[in-house]
Amino acid sequence: MADLSKIKQDHRRFKQIVRGKIKQNLREYMTNGEMTGKQGKDIVKIPIPRIDIPRFRYGSKDTGGVGQGNGEVGDSLGEGEEGPGKGEAGENEGEKGLEVDVALDELAEIMGEELELPNIEPRGTERLQTMRSKYSGIRSVGPESLRHFKRTYKEALQRQISSGEYDPDNPIIVPTREDKRYRSWKETAMPQSNAVIIYMMDVSGSMGEEQKEIVRIESFWIDTWLRSQYKGLESRYIIHDATAKEVDRDTFFHTRESGGTMISSAYKLALKMIEDDFPIEDWNVYPFHFSDGDNWSVDDTAECMRILTDGLLPRSNMFCYGQVESPYGSGQFIKDLNEKFSEADRVVVSEIKNRDAIYDSIKTFLGKGL
Amino acid sequence: MSLPLHLWEIKEHIREVALEFGLDPFETIFEIIDYDQMNEIAAFGGFPTRYPHWRFGMEYEQLAKSYEYGLSKIYEMVINNDPSYAYLLEGNNLVDQKTVIAHVYAHTDFFKNNYFFSRTNRRMIDEMANHGARVRRYVDRFGIEIVEDFIDTCLSLDNLIDYHSPFMEQRNREEPAEPLTETPQIRAKDYMQDYINPQEFLDRQKQKLADDDVKSRRFPIEPEKDIMKFLVDHAPLDSWESDVLSIIREEAYYFAPQGQTKIMNEGWASYWHSKILTTRVLDGSEIIDFADINAGVLASAPGRLNPYKLGIELYRDIEDRWNKGKFGKEWDDCDDLQQKISWDRELGLGREKIFQVRKLYNDVTFIDEFLTEEFVAENNMYTFGYNNKSGHWEIDGKQFKEVKSKLLDQLTNFGNPFIYVKDGNYKNRTELLLHHKHLGTDLDMTYARGVLKALHRVWKRPVNIETFFDEKGLVLSFDGKEYSESPTNYERI
Repeated sequence: MADLSKIKQDHRRFKQIVRGKIKQNLREYMTNGEMTGKQGKDIVKIPIPRIDIPRFRYGSKDTGGVGQGNGEVGDSLGEGEEGPGKGEAGENEGEKGLEVDVALDELAEIMGEELELPNIEPRGTERLQTMRSKYSGIRSVGPESLRHFKRTYKEALQRQISSGEYDPDNPIIVPTREDKRYRSWKETAMPQSNAVIIYMMDVSGSMGEEQKEIVRIESFWIDTWLRSQYKGLESRYIIHDATAKEVDRDTFFHTRESGGTMISSAYKLALKMIEDDFPIEDWNVYPFHFSDGDNWSVDDTAECMRILTDGLLPRSNMFCYGQVESPYGSGQFIKDLNEKFSEADRVVVSEIKNRDAIYDSIKTFLGKGL
Repeated sequence: MSLPLHLWEIKEHIREVALEFGLDPFETIFEIIDYDQMNEIAAFGGFPTRYPHWRFGMEYEQLAKSYEYGLSKIYEMVINNDPSYAYLLEGNNLVDQKTVIAHVYAHTDFFKNNYFFSRTNRRMIDEMANHGARVRRYVDRFGIEIVEDFIDTCLSLDNLIDYHSPFMEQRNREEPAEPLTETPQIRAKDYMQDYINPQEFLDRQKQKLADDDVKSRRFPIEPEKDIMKFLVDHAPLDSWESDVLSIIREEAYYFAPQGQTKIMNEGWASYWHSKILTTRVLDGSEIIDFADINAGVLASAPGRLNPYKLGIELYRDIEDRWNKGKFGKEWDDCDDLQQKISWDRELGLGREKIFQVRKLYNDVTFIDEFLTEEFVAENNMYTFGYNNKSGHWEIDGKQFKEVKSKLLDQLTNFGNPFIYVKDGNYKNRTELLLHHKHLGTDLDMTYARGVLKALHRVWKRPVNIETFFDEKGLVLSFDGKEYSESPTNYERI
């Protein structure tokens, strides 16, 4: 019979290799955003390049094949790269390799190692509690399916011995109704550290598709990392041009407005959100703002600084500002922030010129461990 | 775990029926195992143990996942070995198990009797374990990274073998004769010399001598297809590397006949599980369950050719044709459709014929000889291709000739490109030159680069392959650092 440990060893090697490949190509993954589209609840599908063994083979789409079944000439058998038939036909230029499932936790771990991210020390005490039920209790009533055999037996044995019914030569134990014990749940309070990420994005006309794509990729990695640091993580989304509103994730990435830009509107809304829903003694708060750095007026910028200083910063773990470069934006805002907060530890700014800069920008944002 | 008594009795019964039908299987040892063990063994290609390598782990993960998600399960697994080993999945219902047992006996009959299996190692279980032990020893000495990396390299080359070579006499490498110093001429009396050995003749002889001389300095003398062997013999490898390369080569040859006879082998097994179960083993209450399983085995999806289905239909067609005498000159010459439909010479040679076919044919010769125009039409076979305009894969024809030639293309050399080693001393710089025999389809260049890299790891000098790409002759080279391409005057060997 097969030696169990051998396949497990091979399996472990495979996992190691996959992990190594991800680590090695992390910058590339962060740049092209290919994996962010294939995300499940706890896992993400990652295409691993060139883990398959190359062999001489024919170029794919020239070949086609033979099939059997109903259909007339010209009927479609399926669309796109994959092609019908397994492997024989049409894999995307042979580059595609393999897709593996990686747990988001593991991805965060790899990310942490590769980017040398410090673990976050959650702010305040873990005051927020969630109740969890655990089957750790015992009761004398309950459904038969939850009967605790050992405990029931013990009770019956005890009773029979104490009442003198127990015969060591014929040790038959018959539990009565009173002897029966059942498993039951107990409510336990679990302390938990929670965090909320408030994503804010400028959706005025000057933010193009490419800029939004960069924000989308950034947000995936920020989510992944912070989720590994906090048990409970929430994300909220605010879009703004001259006015701000809260939207869901999907709308966040797909809205395009044409108006002017007043950043303060977003900061005001974020502040209100924190005040209403996320009391700072219970929550770690992470506002992230992305824009092309173009603000309506000097006055509004001054207003922004005021809200930051008095409102947002005292309530947040840190405030992150990412400035994507667009052909229309003046890029002034980051300079203003730098000028005002050059001393402040908890204001982190990063200029994201293009996709290649995502990697460093994530490192800047998350590298402080705040 | 060996079989419980009730399954053992069923197995014995099925074996007896199989023997009565004329099957001649190896002794077959059945074991019953759970799904995790099944996934494990399947990941090892049917063997209880293999050399350590990550791809078995990858295989295992995929099998285990697809089982967990309920996408697939493996019913059976059988190894070409004497005695053969077969595994049944614990928890399958009885009709499943009966089907599998009958199916397995037909496989082991095929292993034992098909000509293309005749040179395979029938003690492969031991040999695989032996390979495992050897590789583990190298791992202990050099570390898993190094050994596994080299195995990856070898696997890139493991289709560069000559599937016919087990059946060829070892070429005698004669010692080259002493080079002739004089131009050979026909003996003639002095006065006849000018007539019998005229100057032109002598010149030609001289030229031939010079050509032979050039040829004999070529290395290899003729292009060779067993590139694995060429490398084992001539590449500058450490002894452990050479051993690993030989191991991979040996296993490639062991598995080759299974690839060469996929349609025939699965068709044969399906034919017999149907025949044995429906005529002799099942009772009325089981027949629906059997039909359900059988339909699953023979199902075909669009654009996919099910070897079980094609195989069984072809055997049945052959049986029917030989029973009714639908072969030979008279049949071929008959143009009368009505007459053809009602043709029956009552020869009853069908059974005998299919046994002969399972002995002597492989997939290529099987299709070449027995795939008829009527069969292609009856079974709705078609060719398909990629339509660049619509971005769809589409059925592009139902012509018998095209179906057949495309199918043969796919099967010949397993659908792999034909690659030869042409020169081991290319440019007189001990570079390696391979030749791709271009038969109408270009190579995948990304993969070709990957293979060249592996080849360089073995040959340790620059490696090249000449091919025909995009209508142009091309030499792709890799010198250990960089790839380069240069035009060449491509001449197919």
